[in-house]
Amino acid sequence: MLEVRDLAIARGGIAVLERLSFRVGPGQALVLRGPNGCGKTTLLRTLSGLQPPLDGQVTLAADSLAYASHADGLKPTLSVTENLMFWAAVFGTGRAAVETATDRMNLRPLAARAAQNLSAGQKRRLGLARMMLTGRPVWALDEPTVSLDAASVALFAAMVRAHLENGGAAVIATHIDLGLAEAEILDLAPFKARPPSQGGSKGAFDEAFA
Amino acid sequence: MLALLTRDLRLAVRAGGGFGLGLGFFLILCVLVPLGVGPEGGRLASIAPGILWVGAMLACLLSLDRIFALDWEDGSLDLLATAPLPLEGAVAMKALAHWIVTGLPLVIAAPVLGVLLHLPVAAQPWLVVSLLLGTPALSVIGAFGAALTVGLRRGGLLLSLLVLPLYVPTLIFGAEIVRRGAEGMALATPLLLLTGVSLGSVALLPLAAAAALRINLR
Repeated sequence: MLEVRDLAIARGGIAVLERLSFRVGPGQALVLRGPNGCGKTTLLRTLSGLQPPLDGQVTLAADSLAYASHADGLKPTLSVTENLMFWAAVFGTGRAAVETATDRMNLRPLAARAAQNLSAGQKRRLGLARMMLTGRPVWALDEPTVSLDAASVALFAAMVRAHLENGGAAVIATHIDLGLAEAEILDLAPFKARPPSQGGSKGAFDEAFA
Repeated sequence: MLALLTRDLRLAVRAGGGFGLGLGFFLILCVLVPLGVGPEGGRLASIAPGILWVGAMLACLLSLDRIFALDWEDGSLDLLATAPLPLEGAVAMKALAHWIVTGLPLVIAAPVLGVLLHLPVAAQPWLVVSLLLGTPALSVIGAFGAALTVGLRRGGLLLSLLVLPLYVPTLIFGAEIVRRGAEGMALATPLLLLTGVSLGSVALLPLAAAAALRINLR
């Protein structure tokens, strides 16, 4: 469903990862590991098409990837249901999907509350519930479990597992163990970009001076 | 796309949404100008078209940076850019929401405030017509400027510098329509030019703004 070949990516004009290849098929999850600043977020943004790769190829069916960033994209003055209804309308999934997502992430008791009055963990749950409204097969999740408690992490893992069982796929950048036994783990450290003097990819910054 | 429009309108009327900001500014300006210039009707009448149009333009400028900045801060701009909605359409909808929240109330309030400035009765309908034709251009040009400066901390100054020169034709033709209307002169030329500015902006600038957003989101 998602294939990456020989990918090189840059953040702020400086190459961070190179020679990266992997493939994620239906029902598979890929967990990205690596130290801070190694390019996990940049990789996910490249996969979702928000920024172009330096080199290499990302093969992905059009409109098949849903991206969840660090920020949840919630509107503070809208209620939980209104926030979800907006994204359901954008992705064309409708009311029933909102109801399911509300129940699955245990947001029912908060449904009428404005997003500005939610706790950090509750906001995160609302942000993750949005993924179920996208109806897209490939999920790219950036640190999805930040500020979630153990019970919510379990809810999230169950949500991802259900998505995988329906033939979906997920790429997840995270530092904690999600309890997803089927997930494959990819350590990004070996793919760290070498300096251009040692044959590494040139960032846009280097090109400007070449 | 309608969902985005209704969401933006709903956000605008909720607490802290900025609805009425432009209108309030316009109101204050039109109340204060007669106090500053003096009550002499003839002098007020001659400057009224210019004051009303400059006021409308500055009122629009006041809320421009909110068009994309809020969505950028909370991350929904990233999510919108990856949503099935074309970004050009999203820009057009956000500009339309800005016009409904800022431009439309100005069009409606302008005749009342025109009376405060001794605007001749003959010019009243032309004031409404010129604002109705011109304010959409102000919103779309503003959305383009906001897209260029999204992500910059305190980008408001740069936004004003970028947008004000682009506002000049709209301002000149808009005020000219009202002035000629007041004096009973022929006004086909400024009317056509203002319409042309508006239509051209509405047709082209959403594309430019979407391209600017894509670059700024990288």
